[in-house]
Amino acid sequence: MSVDHPCVVTLSHRSKPRVLFSGDQLVEVDLPAGTRVMYAKPPMDGLPDPDAAVRYALNHPLGDEPLYAKLRPGMRVTIAIDDLSMPLPMMKSPDNRARVLGPVIKMLDEAGVEDIELIIATAFHRPMSAKEIKHIVGSTTFDRFWPDKLYNHDAERPGGLTHLGTTADGIEVEINARAASSDLVIYVNLTFVSMNGGYKSMGTGLVGYKTLRGHHNPSTIRKTDSYMDPKRSHLASKMEGVGRLIEDKLDVFHIETTVNNRMFDKALDFLTKNEDELTKIEGRALKALVRTLKILPQPARQAIFERFPAPYEMTGVFAGECEAVHDAILHLVYKQHCVPITGQADIVVFPIPYISPYNVGAYLNPLLVSVMAEGYMHNLHRGVPLLKKGGTMIIMHPCSDKFDPDQHAAYVEFFHKLLPQTRDAMELHKRFERIFSKNPAYIQMYRTGSAYHPVHPFYMWYWGENGRQHRGRLIVVGADNAYVPSILGYEMASTMSEALRMARETSPADPSITCFRLSPIMMADVTPAPAATQFGVSKA
Amino acid sequence: MGEATAYFDVDGTLVGTNLLHPTVMYFANQSSPLKSALRIGGALLNAPAMALAESRDRRLFNEMLFSHYKGMSEDRIAVLSEEVFDTVVKPRIFRGAVDLIERCKAAGERVVLITGSLDWTMTYLSEYLGADHFIANRLEMKDGIATGKLLRPVVAGPEKAGLMVADARSVGHDLSLCSAYSDSFSDVPMLSVVGRPACIRPDKRLARLARAYDWPILDIESPPRGTMETAR
Repeated sequence: MSVDHPCVVTLSHRSKPRVLFSGDQLVEVDLPAGTRVMYAKPPMDGLPDPDAAVRYALNHPLGDEPLYAKLRPGMRVTIAIDDLSMPLPMMKSPDNRARVLGPVIKMLDEAGVEDIELIIATAFHRPMSAKEIKHIVGSTTFDRFWPDKLYNHDAERPGGLTHLGTTADGIEVEINARAASSDLVIYVNLTFVSMNGGYKSMGTGLVGYKTLRGHHNPSTIRKTDSYMDPKRSHLASKMEGVGRLIEDKLDVFHIETTVNNRMFDKALDFLTKNEDELTKIEGRALKALVRTLKILPQPARQAIFERFPAPYEMTGVFAGECEAVHDAILHLVYKQHCVPITGQADIVVFPIPYISPYNVGAYLNPLLVSVMAEGYMHNLHRGVPLLKKGGTMIIMHPCSDKFDPDQHAAYVEFFHKLLPQTRDAMELHKRFERIFSKNPAYIQMYRTGSAYHPVHPFYMWYWGENGRQHRGRLIVVGADNAYVPSILGYEMASTMSEALRMARETSPADPSITCFRLSPIMMADVTPAPAATQFGVSKA
Repeated sequence: MGEATAYFDVDGTLVGTNLLHPTVMYFANQSSPLKSALRIGGALLNAPAMALAESRDRRLFNEMLFSHYKGMSEDRIAVLSEEVFDTVVKPRIFRGAVDLIERCKAAGERVVLITGSLDWTMTYLSEYLGADHFIANRLEMKDGIATGKLLRPVVAGPEKAGLMVADARSVGHDLSLCSAYSDSFSDVPMLSVVGRPACIRPDKRLARLARAYDWPILDIESPPRGTMETAR
């Protein structure tokens, strides 16, 4: 019999209720005895001297010459920087990216490089605000370069992209013209989850629609077993093709960093703990927080969570050639995130929090709820998915029909006009994506407002595609309306007990139940049970 | 041409003018200073009534305003129109207007300007912006002299919606696929008949409505993200 990892807790009859996120509320839930609850690993130690580690990385790169050796006076350098969609929530200052940028720019100055521009590699994400960019890059860099030499990537600027070539997969690669015309591109990255970083950084962050549509499509997603496991990700292999082509044409120096999972300060650290192991004071504080959130209006709840950046600490920084750097970072990410667990579950419980990479500063709208459930949480695995093929996914979220009108304008039309016609990702892709991709109003909002690109809601729907193809039923607990779950194709239950009763109706006798208690971030490192029984429709 | 039309209100939406700006220009350039003074003075005397009309009935406002054109010759209006466009309208075109219209055309949409302004000026603006068609107010002329009346239908408020319906039908376009852009609450009818309404610089009442119905609100004055565009 295998012994569970300490982060996998099997509940008994004496176990206390679990406290789970349901949007920006915390809800006490009684889960049956025998349920396995997965908790994140404790935070790894941060680097004792991150600034020294950055300097070391720049001078001792992996698979490439040191940064200073690449520099010469008069050259044109572009620094691309990951946007604020990661980490979640944003980290306390100084952000890893700011720590890296200081010494990099100093090195450029010392080498006599004057033509320097910094681009936030947003791809089709909303532009970062000045305040957010200042947080990412640090005030010294911001004050020197903003706004003329430090700005958001614009994938829709006429003449703003340069065609570099076509990959073996047939993906047309066009990239930010400034980067394409640079003697050196330095990519400064913060890899928060294993899906990010590596070839994806350049292959998505600085490109345009022609390139993105080559890998952000339902066909690619359906062939992807896990976004978080690049070796089993068709998406990653397509991005690798794009990235390799870019690296063939441009000199790119990668600087990747990562952080531990210290999401909460000490005052809220109890949120990460096993409820049975809380001290009396922590238990009371948790109950008080649950009650407080219950009585506060939604905007106040959101404000509370967004107000406190996370005390993440840098756990690694590597520089140099793309693959070597990314492999080193992935090793650290997996070390922090992967919680080993044996055996898939017939029923998984996914508490959906208030935050995702795509709603920083906005409400988690219904489409993003589906992305979090069937996209992110389903894919936060290595090995095989936590849920057995055809099993039941239970999620917790109010699913309010609420969209941020500035950030998610195109989502509204996608959700209310297109999804009621079809939930078939292929059909949505074929019938509507091109039309949306040219929508003048939404593109205007992407360029001069704070909106995501009009095809972004499509990508979000595709993002959930392998989860949708894998799961059987999806039951949402705590929805405040029937309309949104109906559009998403979800069943509803008013309580967890009711959801579990519903799930059992189509599960094998004595189903295995696993609760993936996200927040902070983790991954399920799933080893199939030797005699694991699979049910449902086999994968075509 | 595609299957949809993009309808644009003009004043306040694409151009930072209102109906008064070109009118003042027309009136200030009469054949003699005295005539100019008389026209401007007459309009000023009527200003309180026009302000009241503007807040209640856009069509009545238009009719009151254009009644002051009575007696102006067609030739003079024609001559002044290009100057009005060059000196009053063109400098006030919002920086993102041309790009927005180009994107509409790139998306295969037919572009139509629909405005309470006079057709004389719209000829130049329409050409400059690359619009396919415009629907504007027309002065009634008798023996080459303006009567001070507008030809029917008067382009204002709810009438705009009716004109758009007729226009879309005339080219076989389904309004549910069409879009409309405006800045003013008085244009809610024209925004309501299309499948894709959008607001540009909406007034307070329209902004409230836009929020309620999740209509996109566009900014075409700010520089787009990306520094090179800023410099353009």
